[in-house]
Amino acid sequence: MDWLKIGSALFLVAMMVLIFPQMRKAVKTAPKGTAKDWQAFLLPVIGVVLFVILLIAMVR
Amino acid sequence: MYQNQSVVQRTADSVLSTNKVLRNTYMLLSMTLLFSAVMATVGVTMQVSYGAALVADIVAIAMLWFVLPRTANSATGIPVLFAITGLLGFGLGPVLSYYLAINPSIVMTALGGTGVIFLGLSAYALTTRKDFSFLAGFLMVGMFVILGAALLNIFLGIPALFLTVNAAVILIMSGFILYETSQIIHNGETNYIMATASLFLSLINLFQALLQILGAFSGDD
Repeated sequence: MDWLKIGSALFLVAMMVLIFPQMRKAVKTAPKGTAKDWQAFLLPVIGVVLFVILLIAMVR
Repeated sequence: MYQNQSVVQRTADSVLSTNKVLRNTYMLLSMTLLFSAVMATVGVTMQVSYGAALVADIVAIAMLWFVLPRTANSATGIPVLFAITGLLGFGLGPVLSYYLAINPSIVMTALGGTGVIFLGLSAYALTTRKDFSFLAGFLMVGMFVILGAALLNIFLGIPALFLTVNAAVILIMSGFILYETSQIIHNGETNYIMATASLFLSLINLFQALLQILGAFSGDD
């Protein structure tokens, strides 16, 4: 195993360690979304998915 | 009557301050993107190695976590932000060199695609004025899972997992763009330096993930 893989792995582990407390806080304190809120989020996300599929079709 | 005037005054002040944060964020974001593009060009021209790019990324993320929050409320925050975005741009050098060598049109498509996604999502958040603060937990858990999967794939090297991670990055970064824009609109984020850093990170991750996916599906990868 080369040092680049070890370095990348250590970098990702450090990121996970740094993110973990923020993630726990966000899960505990963030307001819960209603079905309508999630719909409002899914709409643009579906748009992004369709757009990425279009881009993939363009480069194939 | 007096109370109503006071409420109107406070609302007007809030709208003005939101517009100011939004305007400053977009102005700083465009400047940092330009600077990052220049640094990415330097990285490509110098043909930096993956090792050097990793070091640049580590320094940038360390500054983002430990230096920027301490300087974001002062003028020092701006050069720190430029240093971070410059290093992250420089870190893109090897990936860009790779794709430019095999098929330059993929890089342009990924760049244009990132721009369209960002503008579309920002326009959606700005016009609907929807509060996306409920996404915070979901996005952070998503990010954590992505990092775990990416870590696993360093050792496993499964192409399908690589594609799944990149597809998930596109979705999570799209969520972060909506979340951060709505935070600015609803006064959840009043510091334009921190807002710029957050949007910049979403954009650079979105671009890189889109580039990897387009590269994999183009058949040149």
